[in-house]
Amino acid sequence: MTAENKQAELNVVGHSVPRRDGLGHVKGATVYYEDRQFNDMLYLKMVRSPVAHGRLKGIDFSEAEKVRGFVTALTHKDVPNNIYTILRLIGVGPDDEPVLAEDRVRWKGEAIAAILAETVEAAQRAASLVKLDIEEVEAVFDVEEALKPGAPIIADTGVNYFIYENEMDHRQVRLGDVEKAFQEADYIVESRFQSSPIEHAPTETTGCIVVPEADGRYTVYTNTQALFFSLDNAGITLDLPFEKMHFVGGTSGGGFGGKVDVIVEPIAILAAMKTGRPVKFKYSRPEEMTISSPRGAWRLYYKDGVMKDGRIIARKVTTYADSGAYNRHTPYAVTKHAANAAGPYNIPNVAIDAYCVYTNKAPSSAMRGFAVTMSTWAIEQQMDKIAEVVGLDPWAIRFINAYKDGDMKPHHKVVEDATLIEVMQAAAEMAGVDLPQEYKEMSSMQEVSHG
Amino acid sequence: MAAEIVSFMLNGRETVVVTNPLETLQSVLRDRLGYMATKSGCSQGGCGSCTVLVNGEPMVSCLLPAKDIEGQEVTTLEGLTKSGAGEIHPIQQAFYDNFAMQCGYCTPGMIMVSKALIDRAQRAGTHPTHDEIAEAISGNVCRCTGYQSIFEAISDASHRISGHEWSGGRDIGGKTK
Repeated sequence: MTAENKQAELNVVGHSVPRRDGLGHVKGATVYYEDRQFNDMLYLKMVRSPVAHGRLKGIDFSEAEKVRGFVTALTHKDVPNNIYTILRLIGVGPDDEPVLAEDRVRWKGEAIAAILAETVEAAQRAASLVKLDIEEVEAVFDVEEALKPGAPIIADTGVNYFIYENEMDHRQVRLGDVEKAFQEADYIVESRFQSSPIEHAPTETTGCIVVPEADGRYTVYTNTQALFFSLDNAGITLDLPFEKMHFVGGTSGGGFGGKVDVIVEPIAILAAMKTGRPVKFKYSRPEEMTISSPRGAWRLYYKDGVMKDGRIIARKVTTYADSGAYNRHTPYAVTKHAANAAGPYNIPNVAIDAYCVYTNKAPSSAMRGFAVTMSTWAIEQQMDKIAEVVGLDPWAIRFINAYKDGDMKPHHKVVEDATLIEVMQAAAEMAGVDLPQEYKEMSSMQEVSHG
Repeated sequence: MAAEIVSFMLNGRETVVVTNPLETLQSVLRDRLGYMATKSGCSQGGCGSCTVLVNGEPMVSCLLPAKDIEGQEVTTLEGLTKSGAGEIHPIQQAFYDNFAMQCGYCTPGMIMVSKALIDRAQRAGTHPTHDEIAEAISGNVCRCTGYQSIFEAISDASHRISGHEWSGGRDIGGKTK
């Protein structure tokens, strides 16, 4: 099929399609979860850990209970299965994060107790008056420090890294022999990259309203990006049959991956179950910025063996994902990362070692291409550096090494439907760059010999 | 502390509310009156999602004590929908046509500051310049669009209102007459 034929049959690609919800947005008529009002609604505020790492010895609610409007408080003892089920639901596991802290706190901001009150102000005031008996212990904030012998241990498994398939301390990818290739290379190019955590900062903060219905069900109005994932997680955490919950969502004031952590719904449903009243749990703006999971910070080391003609013959990658205090989606992300950490290039010898590391920071999680975004960010800087070392144009170094259909990827999968060359050709044209003829004529389809 | 009675014009209607001392206009609009187009992204004056017009000037309703609007005219996005020519106001239509929104949460605030900006420019016989638009929306955070489509929507709207042809994209600023 030719490109023209394809174009003729397409009804959406290449056409401007009005947003389905656009008119509601410009009229101010779109209903976000928080635009619903319910009589008798309670407000939930979290009591959070003031320290990054500590032993939780006691919680004293006596002063909080005196606040006018205080209704009740929930602790881990109230949660039927006190664990989030993010990993089990994506087939990774095991899960590690309590809904409310039990005897330890592992990051500054970890949820310890939920306060329910008649107004937001009363809930906030009561939460601030809860006395916590916490013995602070040494914390670790750096991924490589966390892996050194003697580092404070964060996870219950006794090690500061996620254990894959019950035995592996990290993800490994091997193709060819990098050490041998380094001996043969004309140049060795090494780099260290460190990214920062990034907060999605949606204009609408994370939240939900849970309403107990007369038929015994709970209606959950939420801005989650993962409606059924959130429902499943809440059902398992609360021992609540799935049909007892009706999740209403699909309208979110910005997410970017920041609203897939299924964090607010279980405790709000539990609060509605305990009180029999509608409950609203909305992150304040400071909570959104400091408590909600960011894109994790990554540390990446690249060592490349390069020939004078620009060919990369060996790439050794060692990376550390900062998962924060718990897993959330990071173990899955590291797997995805390991498969992509050499980039879209045809390199015959590759060694990738990718670690999912715990530190005493806010748990990190999904954000727009997470895990692959950070390796791409590092790789493309490395490619520019290689071009400089070899004395080639940055475009040239990429065309020379671009992978094509039929090449072998580091994780032993054959490249199919490669488009890097065509994308670069289009990008050059848009940027007004006149590429040398040989790159203009290059194709992702391998030349087949007709001998 | 005693409750206070505040009367004001809301989208052209006389409105009377009983408020707590220091209660904000945002809380009055959303919680007491159910006008939900006015959003609540930060409640600390930082995101602009709660912007309304008070006597035609944009203000963040989350920082505005309700009693300060006694006797004033308040316009929310709901009011714009009602008073616009045809079903919706040309600014709303321009935001829709130019894809100047994605999640929609900043949109009410963006449209309200645009209204004040375009009204001011119209009085001066000009279309808002790029710098004037940047200044006007500097207090309104949009995390989806990257702002370019919002610049275009505002320019488009200004042209529609003065009956001018808008040539699109970078056609920003200029005179209305």
